[in-house]
Order: sequence, then structure tokens, then C-alpha cells
Amino acid sequence: MVKKIVKKIKKKSVGIEKIEYLGKEGIPYVEAKGNSLERDVGSWRVFKPVIDKSKCIKCRRCWISCPESAITFDKDGKPIIDYSICKGCLVCAENCPVKCIKKVRETHE
Amino acid sequence: MKKIMDGNEAGAWAAKLANVQVIPNFPVTPQTELIETLAKWKVDGKFKGDFLDVESEHSVMSAAVASEATGVRTFTASSSQGLLLMHEVFYIASGMRLPIVMINVSRGLSAPITLWSDHNDILDQRDTGWMMFFTENNQEVIDLTLQAFKIAENHKVLLPCFVNLDGFILSYTREPVKIPTQKAVDKFLPKYKPVTYLDPKKPMNLGIPVMEGYMKFRLQQEAAMENALGLIKKTFKEWEKKFGRKYDVIERFMMDDAVIALVSVGAMTSTAKAAVLEARKKGIKVGLVKIVVYRPFPFKELEDALNDVVGIGVCDQNIAPGYGGIIYHDVRSLMYGYKRTINNYILGLGGKSVPKEKYVEIIEDLLESTTKVEGDKVMYIFD
Repeated sequence: MVKKIVKKIKKKSVGIEKIEYLGKEGIPYVEAKGNSLERDVGSWRVFKPVIDKSKCIKCRRCWISCPESAITFDKDGKPIIDYSICKGCLVCAENCPVKCIKKVRETHE
Repeated sequence: MKKIMDGNEAGAWAAKLANVQVIPNFPVTPQTELIETLAKWKVDGKFKGDFLDVESEHSVMSAAVASEATGVRTFTASSSQGLLLMHEVFYIASGMRLPIVMINVSRGLSAPITLWSDHNDILDQRDTGWMMFFTENNQEVIDLTLQAFKIAENHKVLLPCFVNLDGFILSYTREPVKIPTQKAVDKFLPKYKPVTYLDPKKPMNLGIPVMEGYMKFRLQQEAAMENALGLIKKTFKEWEKKFGRKYDVIERFMMDDAVIALVSVGAMTSTAKAAVLEARKKGIKVGLVKIVVYRPFPFKELEDALNDVVGIGVCDQNIAPGYGGIIYHDVRSLMYGYKRTINNYILGLGGKSVPKEKYVEIIEDLLESTTKVEGDKVMYIFD
């Protein structure tokens, strides 16, 4: 349909007089599969939370306070941070009762 | 069924009869009673749809956009300051082509604060791409709202629609209203069938960013408006056939032999009509044209109605400071080249009362300036 309009413009160099009603094509939408899982959405961190697992008491406060659900657990029940999701808000570090989460400045490698 | 009710209740009845599925809402004077009525029905189990209380009008319209995008019939109502807070999302609703219908109970804008009727709030939404209907009495509120759903949801239109009723003059004034039966309404207005809708099984992005295509989508709204005007007339005829009440995009009152005419919108038209009859007794051949559908603008119909008269007086219950009445300039540019006397009467701002006698004075003034051919003028009706 877009092609048709372009054609008309060429024919009548000033513009078009009558707009053709395109129905469904006039609604601004695209059908697409959800693809946010494929995106790296953790690339804009300033500070990176790093867990010192030897001090961790497995209280899971970091897990419950993470707004991005970026924290999961390993076999021993200690937290792992998925850095492709973590935005570096450091809420986990703030809430850690034993302060075993350190903030490390991100650097360009 | 005939019942005595005010404009707010009439609006609530329209929403109930239309089997609206979602009502996001936020109260604001003078619309509060409309929401209250629906809330009461919801609690009593008389209204089956969802009733969402949200934290502001901006959220109301955002919720309305979201719910309509999932393909369910959505209705809401607001007024004045609330309507202005919704303003940003109005463009999104019309751009996404979501046929939301909302009632605006018009009220003057702050500052200074007023609660009374004034059309500045609704006319501020003039360019949002929404259709716009003005009602004169409570019967029209029910009738036009129900018809608005049918027009908006048509696949050749798919545009949201405002139905405007004047605060206090209609919203709190009780008058007899005929309520159509649920069966008849269901037949007239079947279940909403969306063209596209958001569905988790079929992921879709609505309101996508476009660069090159932007103009195409905006022009599609214009094409939809063009379709709407024809469809409005068709729907009005269907309504007349089924329910016996006649509507048109403009209403001509005593226009057959009129020499001069008033142009009016909204509830004040009733007073103006009484004044027209009074002036007729004095021997002034005056008529009145009421604009019912303001967007899409009924160019041809209004031109046909007005080209037979020599003097036109546009009564504006609004003001664009530094420019004059809003509807006056629409009419004046419409009548370009006709060489008519076109006067602007700005009145009733913030609900200032305009009695019949004032309208008779307006008619006399219009006749005088028409006969003298002194050129167009703007008059402010203030005491």
C-alpha cells in the first residue's frame, strides 16, 4: 500500500489529494516474538556487586531485595549474580547483614 | 423505560447499557456522580465490568489505552483539570487507533478555580485525533454515547471519541430520560470485535517507533476521520429507525426562512432556542444551528445551513486569549468568500449565567450589525 501512495506522488508531483484508508495497515504495530531474553541488559552498570562467598550466611536477603531478579543460588545455597541482567543498583549490598557484597567499579577492558 | 435523572446518571446508564468491560476512573467535580453511580452498581452486582481505581487521570487514560489494546470495550469519564492531565495519552490512544469512548463533563479551567461549565477544557483536546460530540440534554447523553461506541469501533474508523456534556447545567440537572432496553441496545451495539489486540500467545508491539512511516500513520487518522463523518450519519439514521429519536451532525432550528442565525454548541443552546422563539414573536427572522459533531468537522453540512443567511452570530462558551472564540474562527474560515456578517459573542465563561433576555439582545445586536454592514466584531456578554 505504501508503494501505491509513492506512485501517486510521483505522478502528481505536488502531493496527494485523497488519502487511501489502509485498515489494519494503518495501525502502528509489529508482530514479533519476545526477544528481551536475548538482549544483554546489564551493560550500563557503574558499580558491579561482587559476593565474597566465604562470609555469606545464606540469609537470602540479597535475593529477595533484588529488583531485577538477577540473583539465583548454587548447590550450596549461596547466591550467584547474573551479570547480564544486573543493573548495578547495589540494593543487595546495602541489605547484606554481614556486608559480604563489595562494590567494584566497572572498567573498560 | 422513562426515568428522571441527571446528566451524570445518564452517562452511567450509557456505559452500563453498552456492556463496557473496563472502567478506569478517577473522580473530579462535576463528573464524580457518574463514577459514584457506576461504583454503586458494581458493588450491588448490577454492573459486571471491571472497575479500576487508579492514582491520577494520566493513569486513568494509560489504563484505558492498555485495556482497549487487549480488545475489550473501555469507557471512562473526566472533567476540566483531569482532562488536561490526560492530554498526553489522548494522542497515544488515537495514534494506536483504540476506540475508547469517554464522557467529558465540561468545566472551566484554573486559575481562578471554578466548578461550573465552560468549553475550554474539551476544546483544548481539539487536535488530539479524537472524535467530539456535544450534547444538549440528558437524553442526548445516553443516545450519543451509545452511538459513539458503534461509530468508534467500526473497522473503517477505529478512533476514540469524546462525548461532552456541560457541567452543572446537565450533570446535576434532573430531567426525564428515556432509557432504551438492554435487548434493543445489544442488537444495535454487538460485542466489540477488535482488528488487532495484544495477546500473550501472539507477541506484538503496538505503537512502535517509526521514522519514515510516521506521516503515513498520521494521515491514516485523517482518512479514518473522513470515513467517520459518513458513518456517523449512517449510524444516526439507524438509531432513528430503531429508537425513534432523530440526530444529525448539525441541528437546524427555525432555519427554513431565517435571515440571520446563531451558531451554538452544548447545553446553552436550549436557552438560545427559547430566545429565537421570543425574537420571532418580535418579527425577527432568526434561526439557530447547533453543532453536534465537532470533530470530524461537518464542513459541507454547516456551509449548506449557513449560506442562506446574511448574518451569523457565533456563541462561544470558550475563549482563546489573544484570538477570540475558538468556534467563531472555524465558522469564519468556513464562510470565507461568502461576504456575510459574522459576529462573535463570547459568553458564559466559567458557567456565567446567560438568561434568555441576553440572547434576545444578542439577536437584536446581530440584526443591527447585519443591516448596517459594519464588519465583523467580537462582543463579550458580561452583565
